[in-house]
Order: sequence, then structure tokens, then C-alpha cells
Amino acid sequence: MPKPDSLQGSLDLLVLKILSRRPRLHGYAIMSAIQGTSAEVLRVEEGSLYPALHRMEEAGWIRAEWIVKDTGRRARIYELTTAGKKQLAAEESRWEAVTSAVNRVLRMA
Amino acid sequence: MSLWSRIRNLVRGDGLSREIDEELQSHIEEAIEQGRDPADARRSFGSALQRREESRDIRLVPWLDSLRADAVFGWRQLMKRKATSAAAILSLALAIGACTSAFRLIDALLLRPLPVANPERLYVVAFEDLGADGKTQIYDSCSYPMFRQMRSAARGRAELIAISYADRSDLTYGSDLAMEKAYRQFVSGWMFGAFGLRPAAGRLLTENDDDKPGASPYAVLSYDYWTRRFGQDRNVIGRTFRMGDTHFEIAGVLAEGFTGTETGTLTDIFLPMAMKNPRTLASPNNFWLRTMVQLKPGVAAEPVHQMLSATYRAAEEERAKSFSAIDRRREQARREKFLLEPAGSGRSNLQRYYRSALTALGILVALVLLIACANVANLMTAQAAARAREMALRISIGATRWRLAQLVLMESIWLAFAATAIGGLFAWWAAPFIAGMIDSPDNPARLKLPADWRVLGFGLALALGVTFVLGLGPALRASSVRPASVLKGGEDPHSRRRLMHALIAVQIAFCFVVHFAAGLFSATFDRLSHQPTGFSAERILNLEAVAQRPQPPVYWEQALQHLRAVPGVETAGLTVWPLMSGESAVGDISIDDGAPSEVYSDFLNVSPGWIDTMRIPFLGGRDFVASDVNPAVAIVNQSFTRQYFDGENPIGKWFERVGPADARSRFQVVGFVRDARSRDDMRRPIRPTAYVPFQSYVPSQSIDAKGAFQPMGRGTFVVRTSSANPLALASILRREVPNARAEIRVSNIRTQTEIDQAHTVRERLLAMLGVFFAGIALLLAGVGLYGVLDYSVLLRRKEIGIRMAIGAQAGGIARLVAVDVLSMVAAGALGGIVLGLASVRYIESLFFQVKATDPAMLAIPSLTIVAAALLAALPAVIHAVRIDPVSMLRSE
Repeated sequence: MPKPDSLQGSLDLLVLKILSRRPRLHGYAIMSAIQGTSAEVLRVEEGSLYPALHRMEEAGWIRAEWIVKDTGRRARIYELTTAGKKQLAAEESRWEAVTSAVNRVLRMA
Repeated sequence: MSLWSRIRNLVRGDGLSREIDEELQSHIEEAIEQGRDPADARRSFGSALQRREESRDIRLVPWLDSLRADAVFGWRQLMKRKATSAAAILSLALAIGACTSAFRLIDALLLRPLPVANPERLYVVAFEDLGADGKTQIYDSCSYPMFRQMRSAARGRAELIAISYADRSDLTYGSDLAMEKAYRQFVSGWMFGAFGLRPAAGRLLTENDDDKPGASPYAVLSYDYWTRRFGQDRNVIGRTFRMGDTHFEIAGVLAEGFTGTETGTLTDIFLPMAMKNPRTLASPNNFWLRTMVQLKPGVAAEPVHQMLSATYRAAEEERAKSFSAIDRRREQARREKFLLEPAGSGRSNLQRYYRSALTALGILVALVLLIACANVANLMTAQAAARAREMALRISIGATRWRLAQLVLMESIWLAFAATAIGGLFAWWAAPFIAGMIDSPDNPARLKLPADWRVLGFGLALALGVTFVLGLGPALRASSVRPASVLKGGEDPHSRRRLMHALIAVQIAFCFVVHFAAGLFSATFDRLSHQPTGFSAERILNLEAVAQRPQPPVYWEQALQHLRAVPGVETAGLTVWPLMSGESAVGDISIDDGAPSEVYSDFLNVSPGWIDTMRIPFLGGRDFVASDVNPAVAIVNQSFTRQYFDGENPIGKWFERVGPADARSRFQVVGFVRDARSRDDMRRPIRPTAYVPFQSYVPSQSIDAKGAFQPMGRGTFVVRTSSANPLALASILRREVPNARAEIRVSNIRTQTEIDQAHTVRERLLAMLGVFFAGIALLLAGVGLYGVLDYSVLLRRKEIGIRMAIGAQAGGIARLVAVDVLSMVAAGALGGIVLGLASVRYIESLFFQVKATDPAMLAIPSLTIVAAALLAALPAVIHAVRIDPVSMLRSE
């Protein structure tokens, strides 16, 4: 199973993308979403997820909020900010550029 | 925004940690809900603590957070030992406060630049010569003709500005009954332009105001005086006041800031030079002003100095042509040196008089501060020893050495800044208090003591310096801890003690220096204040009186007679000025038509009864009587007799007073009195003095062409009251003088005691503060010594227990404990003696009849310090001797 580390720098992109599709998710839901959408190929480790979330929050890309869930427990949910949307677009185009470059190398070599 | 939120997160550090924990916890619970194995879910996070730290570091500024944490921790450490910390902070605060006060005074008097344009280009003309006692003396008085010659010589390279000595004179805005006093200075009109000063109202003086003598009766008020006297009333422009015979019109008010160039005096009224009495203006022999030199931009001082010096010499040679032979000889003996001294901080006698005294005090308080620092450093070293295990543990679990140093430094920062804050408050109060002590009532030192960025900066620098001194040692020590050896308990226990002992030696040495200096100052004050004055100042009141137009002596005598009849007046006399007031008239004496003697003699006009009032004992002859008019008579003192009559009984002998152009007048001695001090310099011997009646023929002084007695514009009624407090009678006597003669008005009232004491103000200040700081230094050093000894007994209690168990005697134990510390005391005292003797010559000028090498001067501080050291050592020694070996060894 590929480790997230092998997807260098792609964690931010994944989190931002998930949040742009489905706003207001807590950390566990983001993790599950990445796992589910990628058909269990991509797994995010908790130890990487939260520092990344907190870093992006400090960078102003995402915004956090405490809500009380139906179970009565508090959860911290995240959503994209305007800056986050811009960042997502930038990350996406960077990713596109990288993957297409990698693909070209794979085809040509 | 992001940085701000991270800084904001700092202040809610605990809340932040909780929040992160809660989020991670909720994640785990969610995972479990979704069917994950609880243990697995938890494990997936790895070390929860590490996760939290990572997230924290992202969400705040890590270094700032660690600083905050250390600050909080350091504060807790201090609060844990409240008494010790309070003692440390207070002792530091006292020392820092004293240092800051000293700085405020030194800065205000000596360092602060004048609020004028380019103060760094401002110089003053001064002269240095050998005084009668062989010591160099510096003075700065010039005559107006001399000033004008120098000004035209320097034109183009420097602007010269004449500024008279500030004096407090009488003036009135209305009638004579509403006389008041103000500080006035005659200044060159162009001073205002050269200094870049602006008016707050009206106009300032210009060069035009100095064109013609007497033609420009305009005055400029200082902002301070305008505020104080007129409440900043703009209508004051154009108002007139009378000063002496002249009516002046207020032309303008200076903008805030400038208060004259005489630091220590705030000038109220500036008058044009040309309004000074024309005779004084024209006289080359009247030295009454300072010459300030403002260099033009880019001009070096030395060439201007050379040029002015040459001009001055030429002018002096010209002046010497009119000299009598004796004056010429005196001038030659003086070998004068022309100086150009920087005057960017102003120029005043107060500065000159207090420069070395304040510097000496500043050094004393700095030593006290160092002693206090050494104390606290020792305290912290002892505490660091107790915390060696904690530090080792911190290193073991991954703290960096820098972080440990920061931890320890933070504590000293707390100490230093708390102490500085308290010390600052202390200085706030103490500096004006000490400035107040310099005051004499008739001539209050008016010193601006602003608490601005200079003082704040000094306080801050002091706090940082103290932090550094206190914290650096312990911080380096803490950061160089070797965990393995400390946790085993095997670190060299002596290294700390060596440091502490060295600090003790330094403390003792400084303490000795402070005591030594304080002893010398006290002895000086003691000798000086016990210098015999030769008269009795008790219950004496001096009423200094003026007459707007000079009045014949007989009118003054009438007023005196009237005062004698006032109830409460025991005796009364009349003279020109009070004894020891600083004023004197000198004359040359010739015996048997011989050449005039080179020694100056004092002349003083006194009325019958004055000698009796001053209680100057007669050694022979009689007092004056009203009929002593012709031939001229005199009463002389012992010194006069020694100088001119070989110590023989002078009664009936004759002498001559030699005036200008060799004019001579003969006096017959009718009385012979004991020496009484007439001049204000307590350090010099009493001069030969001749007392003469008011109604006597003295050349150029009391007689005019028609042979009538010269009228008197001023005089001093000297009254001995019967009540113990002479001032109780002051207001009555002030009223009674004009009651007797309406022409005469009392301008100033001073008790003789007050005048006498004014001459030892500096010595009293030095002695008082010196003894005060010596006490503090001794206390601090004693407490420090006690602490170190106590600590070393604590460290060695195992060893002592074992020694006692195998039969050591109490005496042996006491020696063991005390010997190395007391040898440190001895070393410190020795160092102090060397330091004291080496440094004392810089303050020698402040001493009087005191020798630094006097064995008593060295013995007293040594004995005091050794006694204090023994006393401080006693508790620790008793403690050591009382150690019970059994319980000690059992507890280990």
C-alpha cells in the first residue's frame, strides 16, 4: 500500500479538494473521505493529518469551528476559505503539471 | 493575520493544548464508533504528547511560547521563595534606585546638552592659574572690553556671546512696596539668534539692543517665569518693571525649553548687555561675565583657541600698563593659562563645585549596586546547586542547553526588572530630594530633573546589565550541566563554592572602599564644620537692606538705633554684608610708608556694637564710638597683627591703606580682636582683617569731593535676638526698618547659622550619603557572607557529621567552616585597601585636613568590616558545631 509520504505535498491538495466538494467536515470524516474516494488506495495517517489541518488553518486556507454533534460530543469541523479556494486552484494546476510531466516521461522513455 | 493569531494563541496556551487534545480525542472516538479497534485507533496517533506539541508549534510562535513558559516558570520559582526573592529584589531596588538617582543628578547637572542649536559647538573662555595655596584654580570671569576685543578677533570663525553671572535681584512691577525677586542675566542680544531660540510671544533681543549703552531698556522673560509669575498672560508684552534705577519694558517671552546657560539656575529675565551700568561696561578691571564661544560650522576649536589666547594676552598687557607695581607683581606670579572649555551642557559654578562630589557618589552607589548583585548572584548560585538535578533531568529528556540558559536567565530578568521598577520609583523621589539638599534658602539650586528617555534608557541599560551580571554565571553553569555525573550525585561540589567565595572577596573589597570613602567624607565634614569661625552665629539674624538712592550713613545709623529698641532684640549692629556671605572687599596695607604688602587684607565697615553683637572677643583696646571720625580708626584681628606688627600688641599703631594710583589713607588701631572668619571659603586660613567705621575717610570709597561721607546704597543690620529662633522676629524687623527710615528697605533676611551651614552643604551631603551607603553596603555584604557560610555548612554537613563522629572538637569544626571564608574576607579587605588608596587621589580635592594614609582612616573601616564579618559568620558556625552526627548520618 502506498504511503502518503510517497505522494509528496499532495495531502494539502487532497484535503482542500475534499473540503471544496463537501464543506464542514471534521478530521475523521476528511480522513475517511480520502480513503473512500480513493477506493482504499490512499490512506492518511492521523499523525500527518492534524498538523496539516492546523498548518492550513494558520495559513488561512481553511477555517475551523466547534459544533456539537447529535451524540452530544463536540467536534471541530473545517471549511474552505476564499484564500483556500485560490490555493486549491493553484495546487490543482501544479498537480496537473507534475502528473502530465511524469506521464510524458513514462510514455517517451 | 496569521502571525497575530499565533501570538494571540500564546496567551491562551493551556486552552490551546486542551483544544488540540479534545480534537484528537473526538477523532479517536469517531474511529471507534466506526468500528475500529480502540487500541489500534489510539496507537495510530503515536505519542499523543508529540502530536500535541507538533500542532501547538504550528499554531503559535514556538520561541515566544518557550519564552512565555520560562517567564511563568521563573516567576513561580521566585514566588516559591517569597522572602528570599523579596529580599533580593529590595536590595537590588535600593541599589538601582540610588544609581538612577545619581545618574539623574549627574545627567541634569553635567551631561545633558543645553536646548540650543548645535550645543556641541559651544565653548566657554576660562582661565587657569596657581592660587595662593599653590593649587591650580579655574575661573571664567571676563570684562566687557576684553570680550569685545575677542569677539572682533574671532569674527567669521566663531560667534562670541557675553553672558553675565545670573543673580537674584529685586524688581517691582508696581510700587516699591511690591518688591519681588527674580534671576536675571545680562546677555548679548545676538545670543537668541545664535542659539536658534524662538519667542513664545513678542520679540527676542537682537544685536541692535546692544548698540548704545543704556538705549535699549527691553527685557525678555523665560517661559518658566512667564508661566509662574503671569500664568502665560499674553498682555504682559509692553508691561514695565523697575530694577534698580532703570525701567524695563517686557519685549517678549522665550519659547519653552531654554532657561539660561548657567546649569542649576533658571534665569527668569534676560536683559541686554548694553543696559548694564556704563561704568562697568567700560571698565577693563571689572570681571563680571562669561564669554561663550560658538564655533562656526566646520571650524576647529584649537586655532580659535590660539587666536583668542593671543588677543587676550595683548589686552592684558595693555591693561597692565595702568597697574601699580604691586598689582603687576601679583599678575606675574599668577602665570595664567587661557582655556577654551566645552560648554555644551552649560556652564555654572554649581557644576564645578559638585562635579567631583557627584562623580564620587556615583561611583559609591555603583559599588553598592555591585555588592547587591554579588549577593543575589550568590543566592542564585546556591539555588542553582539545589536545582542541578532538575537541570540534569531536563537535559536528559531533551531540553537544549540554550533553553536551560534561557530558563535561568528569565529568572534574573524578573529580578532585575522588578528591582528596576521599584528602584525607579525610589529615584523618582530621591533625586529631587537630594537636589533639594544642595539648596541654600537664599540661593535655591533650580535644577531641571526631567524623567525622560535618557533616564529611562539608563534604567533599562542598568536592568539589562544587572540581568547579565546576575544571570550569566548561573545560566552558563546550568547549560553546561553533565546529566550523567549530576544524576549520580558526583559533581565537584567545590567549584560552586570557589565562585561564591570569590564573590565574597569582591564584595568585601567594594564594601571597604565605600566605608573608606565614607570615613574620609565624614572626617572632612567633621573637621570643616568644627573649623572655628571666631564669632557666635547663635540667634543672629542678618537683614540685608537696600536704599533705592544711596543714603548717608547717619540715616542707616538711625534705622539701627530704632531696631535696637524693638522688643526681642538683644543687640544689633550695622555692616555692609553678613560675615561669610561670600562678599568681601580687599585692600593693600603699607606700614610706615613702605611698599604695600603682597598679602591681601579684608576691609569691612562696621558700626559701633557690631563686634559685640557678633561676640568677637576683644583682646585689647576698645570698640568704635560714634565720635570715631577723625583721625580714622580701625580694629584689627590677630592675623593682621601677625602679618604687619610681628604679633605685637597693635593698639595705638598706624597703618596705611593703599588705593589706586598709590593714594594712601592712614588708620590708627584702637581695638584688637580675635580672628573671625569673614570669607566664605572654610578651607583657607582667616585673612588679615581691618574693621573700620562707616564714617571714615577711605580713598575712593566713602568720601566724595566735598568731604561728605559717601552715601550707602546697601547695608546689613545684624541682630541678635533674645528668643531661640531668630526668624520669629523676621517679619517684625522687616517692617520696622522702613518705619525708621522710609528710604531703606529690607531685601533679604538670613540667619547666620544658615549662612555658615551653606558652606558645608556639599561636605554634609557627601558625609550623609557616604555613611548611608556604607551602612547599606555593610548590611548587604554581611547578609551575603551569612548566606554563603550557611550554604557551605549545609553542603558539608555530611563531612562535618563524620568528623564529629570520629572525634573532632567544636573548635576544629568552627575553624573548618570559617577559615576559608574568613580568609576571603581578609583577602577582600586587603584588596579594598589597595583599591581605596589607589582611587582616593581622584577625590582628594573634596577632603579637608584629612589624609587617606592616616592609619585611623584605614583601621576604622577594616575593623568595622571584620567585626561585621565575624558577626555574620557566627550563626553558621554555631549551626555547624551543633550538628548532631548521629541524626545526620542516619538521615543519609
